[in-house]
Formats: sequence, structure tokens, C-alpha cells
Amino acid sequence: MTTPPLELSLPDASPGSLRRFLHGLPGVDEVGANARVASLGTRSIKNDAKAWAIDLAIRMVDLTTLEGMDTRGKVRAMCAKALRPDPTDATVPSVAAVCVYGDLVATAREVVGDRIHVAAVATAFPSGRSSLDVKLMDTRDAVAAGADEIDMVIDRGAFLSGDLALVHDEIVAVKEACGTAHLKVILETGELRTLDNVRRASWLAMLAGADFIKTSTGKVTPAATPPVTLVMLEAVRDFERATGRRIGVKAAGGIRTSKDAIKYLVLVNETVGDEWLTPDLFRFGASTLLNDLLLQRQRMASGHYSGPDYVTID
Amino acid sequence: MTDRVEVRKTYKLFVGGAFPRSESGRTYEVVAADGTFLANAAKGSRKDGRDAVLAARKGFGAWSAATAYNRGQVLYRVAEIMEGRSAQFASDVMAAEGLDTEAAARQVEAAIDRWVWYAGWTDKLAQVLGSANQVAGPYFNFSVPEPTGVVVAVAPQDSSLLGLVSVIAPIVATGSTVIVIASTARPLPAITLTEALATSDVPGGVINVLTGDPAEIMPWLASHADVNALDLTGVTDADLAVTLEREAAGTVKRVRGPQADHDWYATPSLSRLRSFVETKTVWHPMGT
Amino acid sequence: MSFEYAPAPESRSVVDIASSYGLFIGGEFVEASGGGTFKTVNPATEEVLAEISEAGADDVDRAVRAARAAYEDVWGPMSGRDRAKYLFRIARLVQERSRELAVLETLDNGKPIRESRDVDIPLVAAHFFYHAGWADKLGHAGYGADPRPLGVAAQVIPWNFPLLMLAWKIAPALACGNTVVLKPAETTPLTALAFADICRQADLPPGVVNIITGAGETGRLLVEHPGVDKVAFTGSTEVGKAIMRQVAGSGKRLTLELGGKAANIVFEDAPLDQAIEGVVNGIFFNQGHVCCAGSRLLLQESIAEEAVDALKRRLGTLRLGDPLDKNTDIGAINSAAQLARIDELVSSGEDEGADRWSAPCTLPERGWWFAPTVFTGVTQAHRIAREEIFGPVLSVLTFRTPDEAVEKANNTPYGLSAGVWTEKGSRILWMAERLRAGIVWANTFNRFDPASPFGGYKESGFGREGGIQGLGAYLAVDDAHDVGAGR
Repeated sequence: MTTPPLELSLPDASPGSLRRFLHGLPGVDEVGANARVASLGTRSIKNDAKAWAIDLAIRMVDLTTLEGMDTRGKVRAMCAKALRPDPTDATVPSVAAVCVYGDLVATAREVVGDRIHVAAVATAFPSGRSSLDVKLMDTRDAVAAGADEIDMVIDRGAFLSGDLALVHDEIVAVKEACGTAHLKVILETGELRTLDNVRRASWLAMLAGADFIKTSTGKVTPAATPPVTLVMLEAVRDFERATGRRIGVKAAGGIRTSKDAIKYLVLVNETVGDEWLTPDLFRFGASTLLNDLLLQRQRMASGHYSGPDYVTID
Repeated sequence: MTDRVEVRKTYKLFVGGAFPRSESGRTYEVVAADGTFLANAAKGSRKDGRDAVLAARKGFGAWSAATAYNRGQVLYRVAEIMEGRSAQFASDVMAAEGLDTEAAARQVEAAIDRWVWYAGWTDKLAQVLGSANQVAGPYFNFSVPEPTGVVVAVAPQDSSLLGLVSVIAPIVATGSTVIVIASTARPLPAITLTEALATSDVPGGVINVLTGDPAEIMPWLASHADVNALDLTGVTDADLAVTLEREAAGTVKRVRGPQADHDWYATPSLSRLRSFVETKTVWHPMGT
Repeated sequence: MSFEYAPAPESRSVVDIASSYGLFIGGEFVEASGGGTFKTVNPATEEVLAEISEAGADDVDRAVRAARAAYEDVWGPMSGRDRAKYLFRIARLVQERSRELAVLETLDNGKPIRESRDVDIPLVAAHFFYHAGWADKLGHAGYGADPRPLGVAAQVIPWNFPLLMLAWKIAPALACGNTVVLKPAETTPLTALAFADICRQADLPPGVVNIITGAGETGRLLVEHPGVDKVAFTGSTEVGKAIMRQVAGSGKRLTLELGGKAANIVFEDAPLDQAIEGVVNGIFFNQGHVCCAGSRLLLQESIAEEAVDALKRRLGTLRLGDPLDKNTDIGAINSAAQLARIDELVSSGEDEGADRWSAPCTLPERGWWFAPTVFTGVTQAHRIAREEIFGPVLSVLTFRTPDEAVEKANNTPYGLSAGVWTEKGSRILWMAERLRAGIVWANTFNRFDPASPFGGYKESGFGREGGIQGLGAYLAVDDAHDVGAGR
């Protein structure tokens, strides 16, 4: 269905204009959003549809390790798994990307080559508490090391204190520092607290040039939740109608089971439509989800339940 | 020495705060309990009923929107004015019902006290009939009683003042407006009440009083689409009551049935207040 | 590639439908004395599900006598505490048999299993739980220290929420100490008959609940029976008026829950995505077979275009089809007669010049179906803005100011429900105060709960069901002479 463009006069980057625009967006009723998600959560995805969804979900995974104890060995092993998630089954697709800290980008790139994307978290991840100069250096450094996707964090303190222009300008600057690399902007919705804030932060990031908006760092609870993702999907849907630009959404943190992943795909399908059902526009940021997807895939292929010893632990 | 020739009053209807004659121009004789002629009262017609509905509907907007505290004060003011005219009310009741001085005074006092009783209810009813409802979900949910609208009442035929007040006070206390047909044979206390009302703070249209024959006027009002409820307390003809109830079905009016031989001196229950309120329930989500 | 959900049908094997059913009178299934029968069919397939007995005058009399005997001998004298325990038992049995009841409801009614499973049946159980608790606490309900029951209640219910309407009727009646004779709608008798079995399982004393089946004539006989003390009806305003005429002068207490033409009012500052969901839920829930459906959408002019676009886009995602499929959003229209009525009113909308839009969906070949439909360019004068369609058809009107919204919303003989969508708190309360409707949903719609009184203003009926206010409909309130006492 073609829909006429949304009639919105987009703001310029001045603080007053941004504020007026973001606070003029329709509010989000939390109970209603939760009810919508609960209703979509009852969708029953079976058989062929489920098999298709599992493979799609695998292709959407940003396989992630973001620990202080990460080593080159750990990253190499993860990258091998990202390329070939199930060594016993060559029909399993590769994941979308690996996601690591900046200093391990080169290691990751060595293993994956240009077969999948390498994403780096940057900008003083996860807290975002450093000067802009440091954030920009962090970004340039990761890009120079071979990252073609940058996952930045917004300054939640600035956002919550109402300094929307600061948040906006930082994103603009980081986007510039990314060069050709894609920019994913992490809203850290668990710290924004309200769905109204999630909607405003989503628009703020998109207006500033984000290619993706991402729920969470994974370091804050709650991380991705279906209502938060719903609101972000509604934002990208409306942004496309206003500007013609398609922005991706990445749900990160807390998505561990195939069942959860499929619920997110249903959410995408029924909120923005199946144009978004591609790794170019929807991602899962996860470390353990992939194995559950593989277990489910094995079950569906073999007809019996599989076990944790039949998927690899990297 | 000759007695002075008295100035006789022409009795009229009370509609929209004014005293119109019956549109029909008709009157009927009102006699005392002992049969002596008392007065000619206006004999209300269907068109008087129609005019009264217009007045009552017009009065409903502001009256129902007034604060309950304000309505309570207005009703209390009626009691104050009646108290000042209690001698006239007593003589009316005495003549109408053939009571002795003491019994008549007692009825007037009870009628005044009834206004006071209902005046005190106006701002408590929502707390007694309303509720906060514990629904199984993240919703704030509450119920409040609201006035039904325009109510047409037939006053008791026997108790000419206390019965009348006992019928109209609960209707207007909750914010509805009323058209009451006074006791056919004993209308004079009701007419005196309209004179008290005209000098009170009760806004025009809130209480409208017709005199005449319910059997003639009521079928028109029972089928009138802008009437919300009927109070048939004073209807003594069972067949008429059934006819009116059937007519009321045309627009699903609320109907309170006839009530003969009631002890009007007894402290009322909430029943009359309940009869002419609607429960409204409001839901709202609770979220951030 | 698009995400095609594979069929996910709920299993029919959980239900066991007999080929024919008798009447449930005095604790057992008996044959109708006249031997008349009618068929109940699955509206999604037109398949005959079972043959149902048609109760005649003798059967109605038998049922009322059974109810009277049970009232006088057992249920009336029983302590509230023991009545409560029977109701708790029933609530538990409903929960235990919930899957079966949901499938049965969907088969007989055509509503999506998602709704019967997630809305109807859980609310049925909740209704019995809520009222069970009241049975021994009636002295605290504000109707006097020891309020008495009325006696035998005649209850006639519609086909849109068959078992839920049964629960709304039976639970408060029994909690207050009355016995009942209930007549389900002729197109949806199966869950009521399953409920009869639940009464047996609960060892409910015979005659406390009697279920008689039949069409309008059976209902009339029941309502008019002189042995009945109380009549409770949910259904069309037309039939409600007829019942009011029938019981006039009988002294029977009456409560009516009739039609509606609710306005769902969306202001420009509404939480738009949730408002659209609320509008969809308001009119397309249960195929619009809902008396409180938000069938008139009042949009503030400044957002009208945007909201209609969003609405159409959303309606494009609704899934119409097999009601037993867990992913179905819109099921079948309950009967050919109802479909004909919807068709007729929709044609009138087109003839009167409103713009029709129907969601692009393929209707199954067998069964009775109607695609979700939106009319724009509707004025207050159009029939589709005034008459209850009782189908998945939404009429869109616009307004400019809050006063105008209230005026248009109230400009109807009905007064059952209304919706208000705005982020401004004081406006919500201002609107809620002025809307002449028994239920006002603010920033939500079509929420139900046993603790929340339900019922209308004006021609939507009188009396309340649910909550403390609903108890008054089944208690002999002192000094009560009004037919709808206990509002």
C-alpha cells in the first residue's frame, strides 16, 4: 500500500526547534503499547513460517562479545562461529555481523574478511562519559581498524537534562567521523525509562543522521523489550513517511530464545511491514541467542529435540 | 360592620420559573376536605406538559453541572423559605387534608425537614453510591452516580405537601430536573410551594409544577422522547400505571412504580435517590 | 520474501459435541415437550454442529417451577458462605475446561479463538470468582444489613459473547441467592449447554440453574411467565422495549442492557499509535458484534487525514479467516441474518454518499464474512452514524473543539459507552463528566472486568452488571419500586 507522506515540518538543529519538534510528537501510552505487544505475542508461528523466521533471525544476529576479559582468541573463535554458525550444517547462513570493542576490530576483520560486517562499539561505550574529542577519536580509531559499523551511545545525562541539541550535535559529529561506516545509535532505553523518551530519542537520532537506532548496550537492565522496540519501529515507520529514508532498528540485550526472536520478527512485520525483514534494517544484538536458534533449527530439521552439546559454545 | 371582600388569587402553573396559565385556558374547582370551595386551579394540558419538558431540559444543563455543594445550599434555602411561611403551608394542608392544626403543623415541619435531609445528601451520594473499582489490570477505574435527566413525577394524592416534597427533593438533589403533577384534589400546598420556590435560589426549570389530571397529561409525557424517567408514585389507577410503563418503553425510560399508602413520615431510604441516577464508570490506564 | 504465517489451528478434538441436546431443567437434560428442534451451525463453515431443543410453554413452565422449588427449598435458605463455595467451584471448573469452552465458543459463534481464549473465557471465570466472594458479604454492599434475593430470575442473553453474557447474568443472580432460568441465543446455545454440565460437575443443587433453548418465542414465554420475579435481558434495543412493555404492571424487576452507538473521540494530542489500536479494538473486536463498540470515530479535524491513513494501514494487517486459527484477528459474522443487516446498512452508507473503504482481504467461500470497513465523509444525519450496525463497520466523523465532540458524541438515543483519547488530563475528566454514557474509556477501549459496573444511559438500557452496583439488580432493596432498582 502506498501512503502519502506524513505532514511534518522537520526541525532545524537549533535547540528550540529540536525541543519543540520532539515534544510535539504524539505521546505513547505505556499500557496501550504493552497491550499491543502482548496481543502480537500470541501470534503462533509454525512449520515453514517458523523455519523461515529462524534462518532470517540467524542472518540478523550481530554476534557480540563486549567483556573486559575479551581476548583475540575469544574474538577469533566467535568470528569463526559467526561465519559458520553450525559446523555440521552448511545450509545455516552466516550472521549479519560481529560486534566487538574497538581494540579487537582488526582481529575480527582478519577472520571474517569482507564476508560479514564488523561492528565496533565506540564513544566511551557503555556509559558515554568522556569528552567529545575522545569519542570521535574512539570512532575514527575503530573505523581505521576496519569497522564498517559503529555502535555509539548517546549522552543520556544530556538527554535527560533536556540538552537535546548537545545529544544531536554529538551524533552528527560521530556520524561524520564514521565516514562510510554505518552508524548505529544506542539510546540505552533502560536509562531513558519512559516510552515518550524512547520516541523522542529515536527521532533525535534519526534527525542527526543515524543509520540504525539501537535499544541498548546490554550493560543496563532492562535492555531490549518488546514495547521499547515497538515504539522505535513506529518511529522509523513515521520517519520513512516523513523523509523517505529507511532507518534500521537493532534490538540488543536480553533476547535469548528463538521464541523471543520470532516475537520480535512478528513485531517488525506487523508494525513497519516486511520491507524491514532484512539484516539491512533489523538486527539482534546478542551472544546466546544464536545457539538457541541453532537448537531450534536442528529440532525442526531432525524432528527431535537437540541438546546444548550439539551446538558450539563460542 | 361588614367583612372585607377578599382578594382572590388565580392559581397558575409553575414552569421554567414563571407562572403561566394553562395554555388550554381551563381550570377546575378545588374544594377542601369538608367540601367547601377553595379555589380554581389551572387544568394542565398536554401542551403545558410539552412546555414543561422544554423548561426542564433547559434547566438540566446548569443544574446538573452545578457543584453538589451548591445544589445542597439551594435545597437548604428552600427549607429556610418554607420555615418562614410555615403558617400558610399549615393552613393549606389543613384545608386540603382536613387535618387539625397540630397534624397540619407536623406535616409542614416534616416537609421542611425532608428538604434539609436531601439537601445534606447532595455532596455525599457519590461517596455512598460510587466506587473505586479494583480491576485486574493497570487501570484506574471509578464509578460515579450521575443524574438521569428530565424526570416526570406524579405526586402522592394523599399527602399534599410532605408526599410532594418527598418525591421531588430526591430527584433534584442528584441534579436531575423534575416536572411534577401535584395531587389532583389537593393542589394548593403545591401551589404555595411554587411561590416559595420562585423566591428561592432554585433556578427556573429545575422544578416545574403542573396541576390537573395525570390521566390526561401523563400519557403524553410518558411517550415524550425528551423525558428520561417517570416516577409514578401518585398514580392510583393501576391500568393507567401499566399504560404509562408501556409508553415509557418507547425510549427506555426509567420507571419508578406507584406507591400507595406509604408512611411519608418515616425516614427515607436511599431508594428514591438511587432511582434517578445513572452509574458512570471511567477507565484510564496507569503508566509512565 | 514476506512473512507468511503458516496456519496454526487450535485443535477441535478438545470438544465433544453431541448430535442433539435437550433442555437443562431441574438438574438434568430433558426432552422438550413439544419435540421441536432447531440447528446450530458453525458460521465459519455453515456446518451443522448440533440439533437443539426448542422449549415451548410447558417447558418454560417446568423450568420456572424447578427454579422456584430450588429457590424455596435449597438456594434461598442456604447460607451465603455455602453459595459462595458453589460459585468458586464453578469458577474453577470454567478454568479447568477453558480450552474446551474457548473452542466451543469459537465453533458456535465464529469469533477468533484468540479472543475466546484470551478474553471471553478468562472473564467468565473472573466473573464467577468475583461474585462468589460477594455471596456471604452482601450485608456490606449498601443494600441493608441482610438484603434478600428476589426469587426466580428469567435471563435472556445474546449471541455475541454467549458464555460471558451467561456469566454476567448467572454469577450475580446466584451470589445474591436467586435461582435462574436462562435462555441463550438460538444461534449460540452450545457453551450454555456446556455450562449446564459444569453445574452438574459442581454438584450445584438441581433447579438452581436451568437452561432452556429456543428462539424469540421461548424468550417471550419466559419473560411473561407469572412465576418469574426478575427479568434480565441483554440484546437489541428493539427487543428490550418489547420486554419492557411485556413486564409492565407485573411487578417484575427488570434490567436491560441494550444497543449502543459509541463515539470514540480522538484529539490531536492523543497518543496516536495507541489511539489507532484502540479504534481498531473498539470496532473490529469480535467482528464489531459488541453493544459498546466504538462504531463512530470522531477525529479532530487537524489530524483526521493522518489518522485515517494510519487506520487503513493498520487494518491492512488484520488477518481475517478461520476463527480456530490462533493468528486470526477477524472471524465470521455470526449468522446470515446478521450479515444481511450489515450489508443493508453498508449499502445505505454508500447510497447516502459516504466514502467506503474495505480492507483488502480474501473472504472464505463458505460461511458468513465481512471485511473490515471504514466510511469516511460521514455526517450525523447518515444512517450509518445513527443506527447500530453490529458489524465490522466504522463511521468516521470529524470535530473541531471539545464542545463539538461532546455534542456529537451525545447526539444519539443511545448512551452505553464512549472513548476519549488525549494526553491532557483535565480534558479527559472534563469530557468524561459530560459524555452521557455508562462507560467512558479514556486512552483505552473495550476493557471489561467483573469489578467494573457495565450498563447504559438512555436507550442503551438500565441497571448495571458487575461491581457493587450490579448486585442491586438481584436484591430486594427496601422500599424499591422502580423497575430498574439498584442502579
